[in-house]
Amino acid sequence: MEVSAEAKRVMVVALGKLYSSRIQRGGLRLHRSLLLTLVMKSARDIYHAAQATAESVASDWEEAAGPSEEEEAAAAAKLRTGAEDKENQRPPGPPQHARKRRGKAAAEPDFLPCKKAKLEQGNSPQPLVVSSVLVDYVMCGSELGTTTPTPIPIQRAIAAC
Amino acid sequence: TVSQLSGQTPTHEGRDGGERGEDTDSSMEEESDTRKINNSFLRDHNYATEADIISTVEFNSSGELLATGDKGGRVVVFQREQESKSQPQRRGEYNVYSTFQSHEPEFDYLKSLEIEEKINKIKWLPQQNAAYFLLSTNDKTVKLWKISERDKRPEGYNLKDEDGRIRDPSTITSLRVPVLQPMDLMVEATARRVFSNAHTYHINSISVNSDLQTYISTDDLRVNLWNLEITDRSFNIVDIKPANMEELTEVITSAEFHPQQCHTFAYSSSKGSIRLCDMRQAALCDKHCKYFEEPEDPSTRSFFSEIISSISDVKFSHNGRYLMTRDYLTVKVWDLQMESKPLETYQVHDYLRGKLCSLYENDCIFDKFECVWNGSDSVIMTGSYNNFFRMFDRNTKRDVTLEASRENSKPRAILKPRKVCVGGKRRKDEISVDSLDFSKKILHTTWHPHENIIAVAATNNLYIFQDKVN
Repeated sequence: MEVSAEAKRVMVVALGKLYSSRIQRGGLRLHRSLLLTLVMKSARDIYHAAQATAESVASDWEEAAGPSEEEEAAAAAKLRTGAEDKENQRPPGPPQHARKRRGKAAAEPDFLPCKKAKLEQGNSPQPLVVSSVLVDYVMCGSELGTTTPTPIPIQRAIAAC
Repeated sequence: TVSQLSGQTPTHEGRDGGERGEDTDSSMEEESDTRKINNSFLRDHNYATEADIISTVEFNSSGELLATGDKGGRVVVFQREQESKSQPQRRGEYNVYSTFQSHEPEFDYLKSLEIEEKINKIKWLPQQNAAYFLLSTNDKTVKLWKISERDKRPEGYNLKDEDGRIRDPSTITSLRVPVLQPMDLMVEATARRVFSNAHTYHINSISVNSDLQTYISTDDLRVNLWNLEITDRSFNIVDIKPANMEELTEVITSAEFHPQQCHTFAYSSSKGSIRLCDMRQAALCDKHCKYFEEPEDPSTRSFFSEIISSISDVKFSHNGRYLMTRDYLTVKVWDLQMESKPLETYQVHDYLRGKLCSLYENDCIFDKFECVWNGSDSVIMTGSYNNFFRMFDRNTKRDVTLEASRENSKPRAILKPRKVCVGGKRRKDEISVDSLDFSKKILHTTWHPHENIIAVAATNNLYIFQDKVN
């Protein structure tokens, strides 16, 4: 679908620009970052709208084609989720350099955000993750100036699209 | 380089690098030499060619002086030469009057941010005595500069000789009174005030009030009011920062005082609206007294609608009755009495509407064009790409596209109108949209307050055009 392909391209370009603007001389430009975020948001909405239309069209086709296609679709979905789970699994085994026994304390606490890419499930609208760029900018520009800006989780931002 | 073309005067071709070269005849307050060397090193080695890019141009209120600011933090002031009676056909041309380093690159250690030295805006103060004053600003700091002439020097000191060496007191046998002797004209620029530490975000504009005592400086989220005499205090009069930055939807893109009403100012937003505020209503002018916005045309909606509706410049007319705004594709004139829609809309380069995606990818869609009124408010001017600039006559509704380029403008020639071919057959002198050079953009222009003289900045070149004299 041309619209969703274009929307995706617009989002990818926006992300690239947002990321490179962080290393630009003179610091983050709030106006530019805001415009890029708005472009991403509208491209994302259009992308999801296009996907929703495509899926509803696809499900119509499935009903018409019969049960064999349904099975195929279900199998395909299973494969995808299986692959996802593999992606989200932590690498097996303890770190090589660990001399201490891996106790409960060494396990990653569950309140930390997962660094792995998470593919979006369904079309549920989520808050735009990339607006954390603006928060990042604010932290750079805060009067206190003692907090160091946290790196934006780019993998998460890309996946959220 | 500076080029000046006009109907009948001989060519004044710019001396390459001469006008904008190193300053030798101005002095200013400065810190240690080491810092200056370090900053020059940074500038010369990393950004050598970029430093010459002109970032702002401004005539003073009499039109006698023209100031330019560049990315390297320098200000160059041109002065119009006196028209001589013996050569009446030689119209006053602009020569370099003063060059000085206004801003240096700085590093904010607390925020780990580099502060660019690029001059974002220059605004002149009306002349009140023999000296000239201007405000220049980079992203964070505004400075008041005094430009004055020195053509006399005291000579005949008792305690030191002509070279400045201290004389041995035992050799002094008589007293004399130092006398002012003429010397070669020297133009000095001194920083009289430094207004700093008032902006968290990047300053995009400054505007001097008609009361000549105050001015405003504006960043993405705030407008601050200053007294020209007081540098350690400024008053925040507009603050649109949301409590949660994630809810930010709009930033301030420019602000300007009304030319006559010292209590009125306007500011434009990235959403394409303008707010007029009255400072008498409240200390914090968050409530506008007028709100100008044109509803969006849903048929032209695209991915980039928000970007192209962002206003890049707002200017009051000289008579104070109108406002002009520039967004990416149009210039609009608003009547202050009508908030619902603009009085006039002019298409600057509508042929770019179909190219927005490419312009977004090559970043051109973020370019901020300025717009300017002529002295009588009958003509408006703004820049475009390929070194084109456009003028719109509000009365006759005629418009013209001109080009600032030395290849296409012979000295003393009249500028030839240009045309962009938008479809179908391209005529001989037309240029097609795909041939336009998007790296050659005219973002900054200024118009003489009374006469038909314009100054146009094309990257690192300054063009001054004058009306033909019959």
